[in-house]
Formats: sequence, C-alpha cells, structure tokens
Amino acid sequence: MSEAIENARTFLRPSKKLPTVWCGGCGLGILMSAMTRALARLGVEKNDVAVVSGIGCTGRLPTYVDFNTLHTTHGRGLAFATGVKLARPKLTVIAAMGDGDALAIGGNHFIHACRRNIDMTAIVANNHIYGMTGGQYSPTTPHGKRGTTAPYGNVEHDFDVAALAAGAGATFVARSSVYHAQELDRLIEKAVLHKGFSVVEAVSNCYTSYGRLNKHASPVDMLRWMKENSVPVGKAETMEPWELEGKFTRGVIVERELPEFIEAYDDLAERLTTSPSAVERVKSILKSFDETAERLNAKAE
Amino acid sequence: MTADPKGVLTGAHYLDGDHAAAEGALAAGCRFLAGYPITPSTEVAERFAARIPKVGGCFIQMEDELGSMAAILGAAWAGAKSMTVTSGPGFSLMMENLGLGIMMEVPTVLINVQRGGPSTGLPTLPGQADIMQARWGSHGDYEIIAVAPSSPQEAFDYMIMAFNFSEKYRVPTLVMMDECVGHMTEKIVIPEPEEIEIVPRKYYDGPKEDYLPYNVDTDMIPWMVKAGDGYRFHTTGLTHDERGYPVMNAECQDKLVNRLLDKIRSRVDEIVVLEEDQIEGADTVVISYGISSRVAIPAIEQARADGMKVGSLRMVTVWPFPENRIRDLAQKIGKFVVVELNCGQMYYEVERAAAGNAETLLVPHAGGWVHDSEDIYQAIKGGER
Repeated sequence: MSEAIENARTFLRPSKKLPTVWCGGCGLGILMSAMTRALARLGVEKNDVAVVSGIGCTGRLPTYVDFNTLHTTHGRGLAFATGVKLARPKLTVIAAMGDGDALAIGGNHFIHACRRNIDMTAIVANNHIYGMTGGQYSPTTPHGKRGTTAPYGNVEHDFDVAALAAGAGATFVARSSVYHAQELDRLIEKAVLHKGFSVVEAVSNCYTSYGRLNKHASPVDMLRWMKENSVPVGKAETMEPWELEGKFTRGVIVERELPEFIEAYDDLAERLTTSPSAVERVKSILKSFDETAERLNAKAE
Repeated sequence: MTADPKGVLTGAHYLDGDHAAAEGALAAGCRFLAGYPITPSTEVAERFAARIPKVGGCFIQMEDELGSMAAILGAAWAGAKSMTVTSGPGFSLMMENLGLGIMMEVPTVLINVQRGGPSTGLPTLPGQADIMQARWGSHGDYEIIAVAPSSPQEAFDYMIMAFNFSEKYRVPTLVMMDECVGHMTEKIVIPEPEEIEIVPRKYYDGPKEDYLPYNVDTDMIPWMVKAGDGYRFHTTGLTHDERGYPVMNAECQDKLVNRLLDKIRSRVDEIVVLEEDQIEGADTVVISYGISSRVAIPAIEQARADGMKVGSLRMVTVWPFPENRIRDLAQKIGKFVVVELNCGQMYYEVERAAAGNAETLLVPHAGGWVHDSEDIYQAIKGGER
C-alpha cells in the first residue's frame, strides 16, 4: 500500500464510524477517498483544511473527514466557504457539492465564486439527480432521462458543469469520474495546488435514484457507462463534434492565471498606506462622507 | 477587555446612523462584512468598505443576501468578528442562514435598516414592520436578541452592545434600525478605545483531543474554536449531539432545541435593557422603540404638561421581550400606549403580557413617515385615536 493511501486513511474521522449514510454502490465514497488521497499526497496538515458543504448526499461528506468541517444550508456551501477563506487565508478550503446543490439552488453562488477567483476548490459531484430526496430531475439530468418529477423523461436541457465554470471565469476547471478514481485524485491535487478558484467536476453515479429509473442494470453498469462514454481532453480535440455526442471529456479543461482575490485585496491594503496617491484617495473618500453629512444637515435645517 | 484601537475613530463626529453603525462595528472589532446593496442600508457597507482595508480586515460584496449571511457565518468560524447589513427584502432572504447561525450558535451581527413593506414597499422611507420577522422570521423554534437604536449615537453604541451580546450568548444578534435613524445626521462621540468594553469570544483552550464543539457547562453556552487553530471540529445545521454530529431523533432534538431556547430564556432579565422615565405612579405608560420613541417625546411632554401621569418605557433591546416587566407594570397602571411604525406587532406582545390587567392601545402607522405626535397625544389622553 502506498504511503499516500496510508496517510489518506488518517484523514477519516476516527470518532465517526463507517458505514456512511450513502447507499451501496454510490460513487461518493470513491470521490471522498480520491479527495483524501489528493490531500495526503499534497502533505497538508489536517488542522489547516476546511471542508464546507451544502445539503444533499454530497453535503454529508464533511462529516466523515477529519478536518475542520462545516455542513451548511442548501446551495450556500460556497458562499459560506468564501467567509471561511477570507477570514483565515492560510486554510486550504474545499467546498463539496452535488449537482443540485451547486448548480440549481447554489447556481448564483457558483458562478460568482468562479468569477471572484478566491483561492479555494469546488468539487461538484455530478450524479445527474437529486439523490437524497429520492430522484427528482436536476440541472444536470440529461434531456429525455427520467427522474421522479420527470416520469416521462426530462423536457429540460442539462448544464455542462465544466463549460459553465469556464464561462463564469474559473481559472482552473477539470473533470473526471468516479470510474477514473486515480485520475480524479490527480485532478483534485492539481486543483488544490492551483492559485485561484478551481472547479473539479466528478461525474458520479446514483444507482438508487438515477440508475433504476434510467434502466441501468447495476452500479457497475453505471461505472462502465463512464468508462465507455468519456474521452480524454487531448483525444477529444482530434474528434468531430458528432463523435463526442453523449460523451464527456476528462482532464484539465481550463488552467490560467489571474490575480487571486486575497492577494489583490492585500496588495490594495498595502498601497493604501504606502502609495501617496492612495493615501490621498482614502482621505478624500472619508472627507466626502463628512461633506455629505454636512450638506444633508444644512438641507434639514 | 477593551476595544482594539485600530478600529476606533475616537472623537466627535457628525454622522448619519448608517455611518455611525459602521464605526460602531469597527470599534467593536468587526473585521469582516459581507453585504449586498439595498436602500436605505447601503451606506453602512460603503463606509466599512472604505475603512476596513487600512484597519485590517475584509469587505466583500456578495451576489445576494443569501450568500452574505452564509459568508459571515463562515468568517466567524474562521475567527473573525463578522456582520452583514440589509433592509426588508434582503432581511427576508437572510432568514434562511439566520436559522443556520442560530443552530450552529455563531456570534455575528445583522443590521436591518427597516423601510416600508411588504415586498419592495418604500425603499427610501421608514418602517418598523419587520419587528416580528426579527423574532419569528426563520423557521423552527428559537430565541434571538435584537436592539433598536433611535439615534446615530445609539447606532454606534448599540452595535457594540450587539456584538457583545452575540459573543456572550453565541447567537446572531439583530440591530433593528429604521430609515430615519439610518439617514438622520447628528453629532456622535466615539470614546477612547480603553473606554469601550468588549466581550471576548468564549474560546476553548483545553486539550485538543477533548474538544467537543457543542459540549456545554451549566451556562449552556458551548466553547468555540477558530478553524485552523488545531481543534478540528464538525458543525452542521442538522440536529446534532455535543460532537456536532447529526442525530436524527426526538430525544436529541428536544435536548438541543431546549438548550438553544433556555440559554436566552433563562437570562432574559440580564439581557433586557429598558429606558424608563417617570414610570413610578404613572397611569399611562408609553411603550416605544427606535425612531418612534423620539416621536413620542413631544406627546408625552404635552400630556404631562396637561397634568396627566405618563411614563415612558423605551425598549433598547426589543428581543427577548421584557415579559416580566410588562406583566408587573400591568398590575400598577391603567393603560399601555404602544407606538410603532406598523399596524400592530409589538402591541400584541404587550397586550399578551398585560393579560387584561391594563388596557393596551396601539398607535398604528403603516410606515412611510413617522407618527404625528398629536395622534400619540390623543391616545394617551383619551384612549381613542
């Protein structure tokens, strides 16, 4: 057994015994182990990691990992994580979310987090369904696929999570699946290392709610689907669009540099004391507040 | 302990209530504000955004009030004193994570500069019709602390009071301002830092392996830790045990919810702050809070000049409700006159506590302006408006 896997085991909470709340055959356990392997390889100090989540099956992930863990409200994990990171920048902050959590109720927080470029990582476990509530269609349920609230097939169209993150300005976007567990942990490792906001879409499987409704024979059948219907990013570039129909790409999709929020804010704070023009600007803003107060008072009298 | 001098702008200033509240927050040690623009509260965020980089902290404008409220809870767990500021429509959105803050027992402060409602209502004009929402707006059973300043000086002072309450009782604390107080400009005096009393966070400092985030002593208030200090913890909005782990049964629910209630309910008398004037021997007591208490003054003075025995009870804290005091007064006086910028909210609480022992009259106002003090005078005098 490799050292990373050994260390990853120490990232599970000794006081919270397995099994997890997740169903047999669920992909979330694979994702959780990929995340702990990635963090183990990075050699992070457990005390310096904060894992934040929202609501749903993925929302339960933090309970099992031995970090600073915060299980918040539906869709708000990233907004909550924003406060954690800004108040304590030394923390490695990971927000773990499902597709409904991240993209429906939390969609607004998701795109703005992508745009802001705060140095933290969003992991979106995309199992194409609301699992915990029993299989309602989600923003990533493919057109035509069934959910309990789309009993005749979904009439809506799904988000491409990675494309959405890239379009919203995330500076690192990657995707893999729980079938490709080792690739997934390498991508999570890269995402955490990336300076700026990173998104990892982990295509996952919910046999209980999605698989049974959509004629998958077993959880294994769903993993096989991931194997057979995914294409590495490099290979996809050589393929025609029709060849990629119904498939997803895997690998690093976006990687670019942009000033990180906290660094930019700290630079700004520094300039406000060192740069003569910035010092003047502070004075003039405070003066303008006073002048407004005086003007309003004169008007009132 | 006393205030960190970095945030304290000692001296006499000429500020509106919004700006004064921002200075109060800075003096209280608040170093993180997440907010979303909304009239008539935006000036709090503007002043904070201008001041905080040099004081040392962070302002962030979130995508909405849902995110603002979530971010300030996260910042508090990471060790910051945090706050947000909003008005009616944003206050409605914040109710979701206000509940999370109550459940996770997060010390933080939320200002609502009230305007006329419902819905978009009167963005630039005053109201006090969110006072029951402050008490009951989030789902589930809970107790909350709220204060209501009536001047820019009080906006400054009560921000410090609110932060102190939130730290002492580990509960989000509400500052229920109104548009008049927010936009009224008056002289305020900011004291020296060493004259400002600050309640420090109740941090755990025992052995790391023994830390349980929701373990309590007889005071019912758990010890907090700062994420990153080596005390790893789990916290959740789910019903949880002393380890912070979810437990889905009636027994755990009963224990947790009753502790959340009792940590406030058992201390109502130490929390409640009332300003009473000439209550002794009064026939009538005027009950008011926020801007309405200032509008009531000329009416009370007129009535006294006319020979009526009128006392004034101004609620500095509006929640928890001063149940015992009102019940006690009801035995001694003829009537309460409740003055508030709504069509009857706190009035029902007073009537309930008076329990038929004293008459309770409401001087209602739908908002958009303040009461005509003549209406208050008539209520004191005749009982009929």
